[in-house]
Amino acid sequence: MAADDDSKGLRTSRFAPYGLLSPGVIWLLLFFLVPVAMLLKASLSTKPSRFANPTFDWAWGNYSSAFSQYGGVFVRSFVYAGTATVLAILIGYPLAYWIATRGGRWKNLLIGLVVVPFFTSYLIRTIAWSSILADQNAVVSGLRQVFGEDFRILATPWAVIGGLTYNFMSFMILPIYVSLEKIDFRLTEAAADLGSTTWGAFRKVVLPLSLPGVFAGSLLVFIPAAGDYLNARYLGSPKTTMIGTVVQNKFLVQFDYPQAAALSIVLMVIITAMVLVYSKFLGTEGLAV
Amino acid sequence: MMAEGAAPPVFAEAEPGRRGSDKAVRAGSPWGRRLLTAFAVCVYIYLFLPLINIVVFTFNSPKGRYNLSWDGFTLDNWLNPFADKELTDAFGRSLQVAVVSITIALVMGSLIAIALARYRFTGSKVTEVFLVLPLTTPEIVLGASLYQLFLGRNVTLGRSTVVIAHVMFCVSFVALTVKARVRGFDWSLEDAAMDLGASPMRTFWKVTFPLILPGIMAAALLSFALSMDDYIITDFTKGEFATFPIQVNNAFRVSFPPQVNVLATIVLVVSVLLLVLSSARRRPGTV
Repeated sequence: MAADDDSKGLRTSRFAPYGLLSPGVIWLLLFFLVPVAMLLKASLSTKPSRFANPTFDWAWGNYSSAFSQYGGVFVRSFVYAGTATVLAILIGYPLAYWIATRGGRWKNLLIGLVVVPFFTSYLIRTIAWSSILADQNAVVSGLRQVFGEDFRILATPWAVIGGLTYNFMSFMILPIYVSLEKIDFRLTEAAADLGSTTWGAFRKVVLPLSLPGVFAGSLLVFIPAAGDYLNARYLGSPKTTMIGTVVQNKFLVQFDYPQAAALSIVLMVIITAMVLVYSKFLGTEGLAV
Repeated sequence: MMAEGAAPPVFAEAEPGRRGSDKAVRAGSPWGRRLLTAFAVCVYIYLFLPLINIVVFTFNSPKGRYNLSWDGFTLDNWLNPFADKELTDAFGRSLQVAVVSITIALVMGSLIAIALARYRFTGSKVTEVFLVLPLTTPEIVLGASLYQLFLGRNVTLGRSTVVIAHVMFCVSFVALTVKARVRGFDWSLEDAAMDLGASPMRTFWKVTFPLILPGIMAAALLSFALSMDDYIITDFTKGEFATFPIQVNNAFRVSFPPQVNVLATIVLVVSVLLLVLSSARRRPGTV
């Protein structure tokens, strides 16, 4: 893509690009990079009491307690987010494949429909799920008749995972669709001519070529899911607390900034490491849609 | 890194005139294909189930204070969409924040996109990676770090801090979305305009701006959805300033009025109409 740009009047200028960049980039420096640095500083501070000011003193203890006290919550968050990501692949991939191969002239409409849930508030969608999954709802109460009163969906880990899967589903479907759209499906004809079965052609030709989309989608689902706390709040129970819940509570309710900051930094480092490993293996070009 | 990663794969257009012929994939058993179609229909039902729930419950007349279980049909909620004053005020605040922050983010983001798409310069790769970072950082970390910044500087949390935060997360989205759409444009058109005697200002408004306008429209729609919808980052920067989602959450402890569904449905319908209108104007083959 970069190659054909060269012939289209792409220009070199000493100052113009920097002038164009500066307002936005300065904004991001001031309100993204500087704050993250301050968060890092806060994570190494101590705050003796609820209303005292934090003082910076290389308090690595915040990090050791992040692992010792909240290790389990981290594991739970990553398990939930990971499960949601896998479910989103299992549900989203066939849909993306169907639209890409069978959509015909309705493709744009069909993929547009996938984006529509975005236009209602994420919080309200989650509350709608809590209403759908509630014990007194028709389907659930039917299931309760069969499985007994102990059976419920709301306030279980599966409700939280289901909410995470649902809320970030479009982020999975769209990149997979874009990568499937790039595939020349005559390749599967070639594979069939060479004696491959339909499934074999899919597995050996289509699937590998669509993997960049699957990986991009996985990151786009996993990252917001791992840090979320609304699904756990509305669909879960105290037993399904996620790391986002702890961070939110420590910051905004308990004012325990150092500990909350350390937890946020750990979350960010783990996710950044995953993004880096990912880009190492898949490169950047595969993702540049 | 994910050069044009996080945002654009989601919203970037699929290029038109694709090679993938539909005929080629007709191979395979008819039952396999039917099964796939049935599965796709189920996924669409799943995707729309909460939306259907939201729309249907605009017609509910709940017995208690929670509009979560069906008690009977009424049109009252649609006749009095603004009955809950706090909710309506919060809705107004959300619209205000969205309009202000999108305007700022569109200008700054489009300028970045123009710089990246049409100039070759040292640092362009670094800038691209830097733009992706806010999108690969969990929202809670973005919110928490802004909270630390404002707290450390003794800034009172409220309307302006919410706007600052919304501009921050929209700028990257705008820059990447606009850039994905203007990539590969023939910028020598600008030279042509100037050779023919147009001033730089006139060239921008008559040539450059129309070229990037579809990208800006798409980015505006997207940022609007992001801003109206945002909960987590707003939670950390709001102070006493309640946007629509925040007000819904705060009120949830005591009530969940049907007007929430009515207002959400209005936003949904308007956004879908805008989406349809903007895609009708675009060339075929784009998302």
